[in-house]
Amino acid sequence: MTPEIEELYQEVILDHSRRPRNFGELPDAAVLVHGDNPACGDEIHLAVKFNADGGLEDIKFNGRGCAISQASASLMTMKLKGKSRAEVMEMLRAFHDLVTADASEAPKTLGDLRVMQGVRKFPQRVKCAMLAWRAVQQAFEQGSGEATVSTEPA
Amino acid sequence: MHKAVASQTDWSALREDFPILRQEVRGYPLIYFDSAASSQKPRAVLEALRNFYEHDNANVHRGLHTLSGRATEAYEHARQRVAEYIGAGNPDEIIFTRGTTESINLVAQAWGGKFIREGDVILLTGMEHHSNLVPWQLLAERQGVRLRFLPVRDDGTLDVDQLSSFLTPEVKLFAFTHISNSLGTINPVAELCAKARAIGALTLIDAAQSAGHMPLDVQEMGCDFLGFSGHKMCAPTGIGVLYGRAELLDSIPPWHGGGEMIVSVALEKSTFKKPPHRFEAGTPNIAGAIGLAAAIDYIEGIGRAAIFEHDSQLAHYAADRLSELPGTRVFGPKQERGALVGFVMDAAHPHDLTTFADQYGLAMRGGHHCNQPLMRRFGVSGTTRASFYFYNTMEEIDRMMEILHYAVRFFS
Repeated sequence: MTPEIEELYQEVILDHSRRPRNFGELPDAAVLVHGDNPACGDEIHLAVKFNADGGLEDIKFNGRGCAISQASASLMTMKLKGKSRAEVMEMLRAFHDLVTADASEAPKTLGDLRVMQGVRKFPQRVKCAMLAWRAVQQAFEQGSGEATVSTEPA
Repeated sequence: MHKAVASQTDWSALREDFPILRQEVRGYPLIYFDSAASSQKPRAVLEALRNFYEHDNANVHRGLHTLSGRATEAYEHARQRVAEYIGAGNPDEIIFTRGTTESINLVAQAWGGKFIREGDVILLTGMEHHSNLVPWQLLAERQGVRLRFLPVRDDGTLDVDQLSSFLTPEVKLFAFTHISNSLGTINPVAELCAKARAIGALTLIDAAQSAGHMPLDVQEMGCDFLGFSGHKMCAPTGIGVLYGRAELLDSIPPWHGGGEMIVSVALEKSTFKKPPHRFEAGTPNIAGAIGLAAAIDYIEGIGRAAIFEHDSQLAHYAADRLSELPGTRVFGPKQERGALVGFVMDAAHPHDLTTFADQYGLAMRGGHHCNQPLMRRFGVSGTTRASFYFYNTMEEIDRMMEILHYAVRFFS
């Protein structure tokens, strides 16, 4: 077993992929985003409800995919619930850096999400980690109704 | 008889011909189980490329100098070797392309563009690679053609019992794969061609997964077109073949315009060469064709019947061992199987599994394998595929099983 793979699949990630949190339907969702990763066929359905200030009041997801995409979605929903729009966008930027950039120290604001840092050693898996985040970004842009988002821009 | 041939071959010794196989990946000996995507290249092919570039390199068919003469001769010799390799009666029936995908696009655009009318039907199957699906979708959009699909049974074979009801008079072409790149199914191509011909439809065989793995004879199979790629059969990337029956090719207008394919050019109008050069505009992949001929010589030196026997044994052994692994579903037919096995495991998604396996030097492919409709048909988003060639061994499959056991423990 290489250190890279143990870093990629940390116990927290395996746990979230086996028992994803905030997994299910959100009947009174404002936006429903269908995200897909055509490269592997993975899909995620993200339901979002906003509060009066435009922040994220509730968020749930379902779908199927690899351990990385499922754990990323699960960790993301836990982290983003209750956050303002600005906080979500800042977190999105920071998370993207976490899984792609060579930055030495991950920002503390990311908290638990920092377990995803191992992805940066596996460039082919960045799309898996970003799928749920692309969906939440789309949810804010859309504001209401349904939307689709893909890791491969058409 | 095949068995006797196979047993005479020293398969492990052949590995010595492939310098790339002698390496470690992440500290483990490389196990290359992704030959269905692209095969490795023997030294004989690498040397043929080097020899061409060091001694004979020049453009073909135009220079009057010695090097151009040599290059032209080697290029046309390659065409002759390909014709012999697939049993074509005439080298003029061999068009060099970039690969199977370009071969099929050539037929869809040049033949389809002239002969297909609104309301005509192109019959495909439910197991086609995107390369034998998307070109026809584009033709359908342009010319109002309808596509029809012969279904795939649960066991991974084509539902040939339904073929007669699909072959109605509107069907102008039946295009199908010889060996499924994700199920391993070997289709009864001669039977499919005969049934299509009986109603006056043409046939196209996608031989990408078969050309380097088993004996092929276009006249015995009775097809009108056949396409394959060099890089899946020990040749370089960027070279492939379209075979077309001579009188058919004669009737098809040019595809790409440019140099090399013309007889004479005036400002307003040109006249075109006969096939195959009519379809080879511009400077062709000369070195690629020469590399393909070297690959053919190499493969013929082993014998395709022996290769088929060896690869089948590997694939059946792998399928049997995988079936014993709890929580594992193996796709494709149990009886006849090409040199690959696709599977899914409850414990891990194909992408997690292939990332994990790579940590042990095991190269497999995870995903939809350019077979999205087929994946949907079987209710999965993707599979893990282990694909084999004559340089693989039973011991490598045993090692794969060990690694898969580690994966089950790790991910469960």
